[in-house]
Amino acid sequence: MKTEKINPDKTAREGEYHKNQVRSVWCLIILGGILGIAVLLSLWSGSYDTPVSELLRGIVNRANDPKINIVVRNVRLPRICTAVVAGAGLGVVGCILQAILNNPLASSSTLGVSQGAGFGAAFAIIALGAAAGGGGTVIISLCAFAGSMAVAFVILGLSKFSKVSSESIVLAGVAISSMFTGATTLLQYFADDVELATLTFWTFGDLGSASWSQIRFMAVVVLLACVYFIIHRWDFNALLAGTETAHSLGIPVRRLIMTGMIVSCFTASTIVSYIGLINFIGLVAPHIVRKLVGNNHVYLIPGSILTGAALLLLGDLFARTAVSPVILPIGAITSFLGAPLFLYLLFKGRRRSC
Amino acid sequence: MLKITDLKFHYQGGPQILKEINFELEEGHFLAILGNNGAGKSTMLKCFNRIITPDAGSIVLNGEEIQKMPVREVAKRIAFVAQMVPNTQMTVHDMVMLGRRPYMQWGFTQEDHRIVHEAMDRLEVTELRGRFLNELSGGERQKVMLARALAQQPRLLLLDEPTSSLDLQNQYQVLQIVQDICHDTGISAIVVIHDLNLALRFCDRFLLMADGAVYRYGDEGVLDREAIWNVYGVHGEVAHVKGRKLVLVD
Repeated sequence: MKTEKINPDKTAREGEYHKNQVRSVWCLIILGGILGIAVLLSLWSGSYDTPVSELLRGIVNRANDPKINIVVRNVRLPRICTAVVAGAGLGVVGCILQAILNNPLASSSTLGVSQGAGFGAAFAIIALGAAAGGGGTVIISLCAFAGSMAVAFVILGLSKFSKVSSESIVLAGVAISSMFTGATTLLQYFADDVELATLTFWTFGDLGSASWSQIRFMAVVVLLACVYFIIHRWDFNALLAGTETAHSLGIPVRRLIMTGMIVSCFTASTIVSYIGLINFIGLVAPHIVRKLVGNNHVYLIPGSILTGAALLLLGDLFARTAVSPVILPIGAITSFLGAPLFLYLLFKGRRRSC
Repeated sequence: MLKITDLKFHYQGGPQILKEINFELEEGHFLAILGNNGAGKSTMLKCFNRIITPDAGSIVLNGEEIQKMPVREVAKRIAFVAQMVPNTQMTVHDMVMLGRRPYMQWGFTQEDHRIVHEAMDRLEVTELRGRFLNELSGGERQKVMLARALAQQPRLLLLDEPTSSLDLQNQYQVLQIVQDICHDTGISAIVVIHDLNLALRFCDRFLLMADGAVYRYGDEGVLDREAIWNVYGVHGEVAHVKGRKLVLVD
């Protein structure tokens, strides 16, 4: 009988790969756990005192106290769902944009999609006179969506017809952001006090104003985007090896980049048009996950989804509880807390990222 | 067998880069494409596996027209190792696994894993499989990229200046591995290379390019004083030193 001599050193090193895989799966489970805890904490915290058992019954409208049913189902749950869906969407979009543009700074904010939405909202409020609440909110959302998609189309057009490089796309995004920020400032110059207040409030970002139908629509868009990205997870891995190598692996690189950009921009536009400007989630979430599981999109995509959702939810929890009962603007909180976190990740640098 | 007929290429609005390239390469041979910078060597290599699309001409591998195939089918027949080696935080195993991407449906099969293990064993990188690529030396990373190319189970291996950023030991190791692969498996390999001595040591076919055209093609005999002058613009010749062939420049 043929026997194989076992090299213990080799076996140990081969075990290193499985250890990495197990570690990555555990990281995802822990991130899921953190998200679960954040959901429970968000459900529990608030000005109305609610025991945990009543809270859980309140989710299915079975709490003994009818007020708890209303608080949970009409106030806290929509807010949590909005944060989870929007955070997951912004996280995964950041992860994919960083892969397809081969740039660790890429996200919907750095590409100007958020600034386009800001201009759209400013146009709706100041030029069209849309006010917050009722039909005005719908007009603001539509204009914000149109503004962000306009930016997306300019960037897509540049990459499609001029065949510019990934670096140029990011730089074009920075230039377009600046242009739309300037245009928004010009509109603000001609606005009255009420319009200015409405616009400022919109740019703060708000997780509490989305209706169930809006949350459902956002969830469908984010879910479809996530499914598309997960199906193409190995194609995004191939891009890490360089576009020529990816092409030689039978991947239609140009189509992958264009489709990835379209899906990412549409998802980000949908989110910011409903909840306003939320920065840093798309930038920070993939970087956190990269530190934990590396660059393999098999783990990076689900990790970015979970981290994005958890970050936005925890940011919202902080915004609601820091100076309760005042709710701080979520957009400011994510930027305020996200920037130091990003700097920490940047300079900690145990391993190279992207 | 690879048969290239009347291959032409130019970039949009630019001059003709490739002018009617014609040659044939038998199975199991290791071809060096030689020439000055800008002669069209890398461009020609990228035409072979459709990274860029030639203006005219045909590329036939084992009787199959490459231009008429979907790119995924091309990837099952031709593997490419680029000049720039990725330096990303991805494990060696995952990078070699990418070689199975052309065969992948929803996920990888046991067969895919077996082939990946074989490729890693062949390149002696199995022990590194849990390490991240950005933790390896340049030579180790180049071996990983070769293992990834082998995992594609190609009939033709294309290498674009694979030794340009390697130290002497790794240059010899990498080319020795490719030569062994050609001899053992019957895979043909084409390498774009600047070092004539390395080419003479490991390759058995030589294609000299000048101004986008084939100047000469054949065995080592094509590298004579006249060819070195006409292709590189320097006076030199192939000399025999201690049983080895070396290009000596005057």
